[in-house]
Amino acid sequence: MTTARAAHVAKRRGNRTQALWGYAFIAPTGLGLAIFNLWPVAQTAYFSFTEWGAFGGHTWTGLDNYTRLFADPEVGRAMLNTLTYTALGLIGIPLAIVFAALINRPGLRGVSVYRTAFFLPVVTMPVAVAMLWRWLYNGDYGLVNQALAVVGIDGPNWIADPATAMYALVVVGIWSSIGYNLIIFLAGMQAIPKELYEAAAMDGAGRVRQFFAITLPMLSPTAFFISIISVIGSLQLFDLVFVMTGSGQAARANPAYARLQTVVQLFYERAFVTNDRGYAAAIVIALLVLIAALTVVQFRLQRRWVHYV
Amino acid sequence: MSERRGVLGVHAVLVVSSLVMVAPFAWQLITSLKTLSSATAVPPTILPEGRWDNYAKVFDLLPFGEQFLNTVLMAAGRVSGQVLFCSMAAYAFARLRFPGRNLLFGVFLSVLMVPPQLFVIPQYQIMSSLGWLNSLQAIIVPGLFSAFGVFLLRQFFLALPREIEEAARLDGAGPVRIYWSIMLPLARPGLVALGILTLLWAWNDLFWPLVVNTDPGKMTLSAGLAALQGQYQTDYPVLMAGSLLASLPVIAVFVFLQRQFIQGIAHTGSKG
Repeated sequence: MTTARAAHVAKRRGNRTQALWGYAFIAPTGLGLAIFNLWPVAQTAYFSFTEWGAFGGHTWTGLDNYTRLFADPEVGRAMLNTLTYTALGLIGIPLAIVFAALINRPGLRGVSVYRTAFFLPVVTMPVAVAMLWRWLYNGDYGLVNQALAVVGIDGPNWIADPATAMYALVVVGIWSSIGYNLIIFLAGMQAIPKELYEAAAMDGAGRVRQFFAITLPMLSPTAFFISIISVIGSLQLFDLVFVMTGSGQAARANPAYARLQTVVQLFYERAFVTNDRGYAAAIVIALLVLIAALTVVQFRLQRRWVHYV
Repeated sequence: MSERRGVLGVHAVLVVSSLVMVAPFAWQLITSLKTLSSATAVPPTILPEGRWDNYAKVFDLLPFGEQFLNTVLMAAGRVSGQVLFCSMAAYAFARLRFPGRNLLFGVFLSVLMVPPQLFVIPQYQIMSSLGWLNSLQAIIVPGLFSAFGVFLLRQFFLALPREIEEAARLDGAGPVRIYWSIMLPLARPGLVALGILTLLWAWNDLFWPLVVNTDPGKMTLSAGLAALQGQYQTDYPVLMAGSLLASLPVIAVFVFLQRQFIQGIAHTGSKG
């Protein structure tokens, strides 16, 4: 009886030490996230109801920022641009699936070469990517228009022309993210049991048939994941546009600026160029709501197209 | 016969698309070695010209050496901090029992769901009140903590067999010993994956460094290049040389650690 009691006490003491170590181990990240992430979210929410003076300090102004936001054509435009970019960017997902399926063909040689080629833009600094494409898209000397000139087409000034700027931007967005999606789809494809393909081949299904009957449905959970993170990422687009349009005076000189400016770019200008931080806070809260809404919608829609085994 | 034709067709499509992926980089390199006048020649010339002075000019226009060092230190700081702190928290969430564990893990996860722009204004104020604007701390410290890293590594720890740990516990090893000498070595692929992803994101990060470090000598390469772009909009050979130099280190790491890179990326996609 006493030994049982002693064991019980020892176990309780063991549990307590374990619990203390548990808290100690999560303490650094826990405190860091509390200071730099959790508290800032609460503060940003609070700031969105305030107005900032020219010399620091802020005053409570209730819903003013939000009423201003709804009436502000610049916000509406930035939202529309961002949503357009996000929607068009989704084309990259089926493209990535097709390329992944081609690369995944059994016994294909040179897989690592192709994979590397697709992945290179993913590891390249977005600022460098944007500078590079600005040069390729240059209206007078860019490689794109020089190539078009060979076949007799006089190409536009892609990112400075309101009619083409958004499409040109989407192409860069897809070019720089397709490798990431492709790697994840490849991993997903490799997890599909080989037996399914063998059985289908026995039933006389060709590769194309197998792709539509097996690969696509089995891959739909992966595609769902990619579409969730692509939408979230696209809605936060900043780097590419910031470098392609520039900021401040130079940006406003770009005739296509109104077609390109994104929500986060507008946030940057309000928060750190014009120092209108209360309004900037309201803009990112609106962005949070938009992201949450589109994520919820996607989760609702997944029943229609995602197959879970 | 048709199988063979099929393989050739696949190669044809993949070769053409790979060229589309790589050609911009080739053009970047070629342009970076031209004079401005031959870069803007119509029709263009394909052959590079060996104008390495464009690369020297990057160092004249930007404090490139300092910015390179800032970027290296920022990436090194964030990578080592995250690998250590995230693995500690991940181990605790995966293996130690303590009251409120699930609740706290849920709170950590909630951070993942918030767009990072919501953190920026208050973080900027913290930096400003500490007098840390234009400093190395400003670009490192907020990046030491990552809910994503905790989540990723927790998956790795959960997948490890419990037996080795149990054996060590019976031998009298405490949580610290078990974490340090047993769990960490076993979870190495996870630590490498997190390290690589953090390196990639830190090196390429623009928004935060752009906001907190506005003094050219304190900028990172991303922010420095963005500024260069603003000032020297039309000197394309120099811009191409600078952008190539700035992105090359991570591309080099990728080429050397390709397998780990790809596994790391693939892990972010595996739900677990």
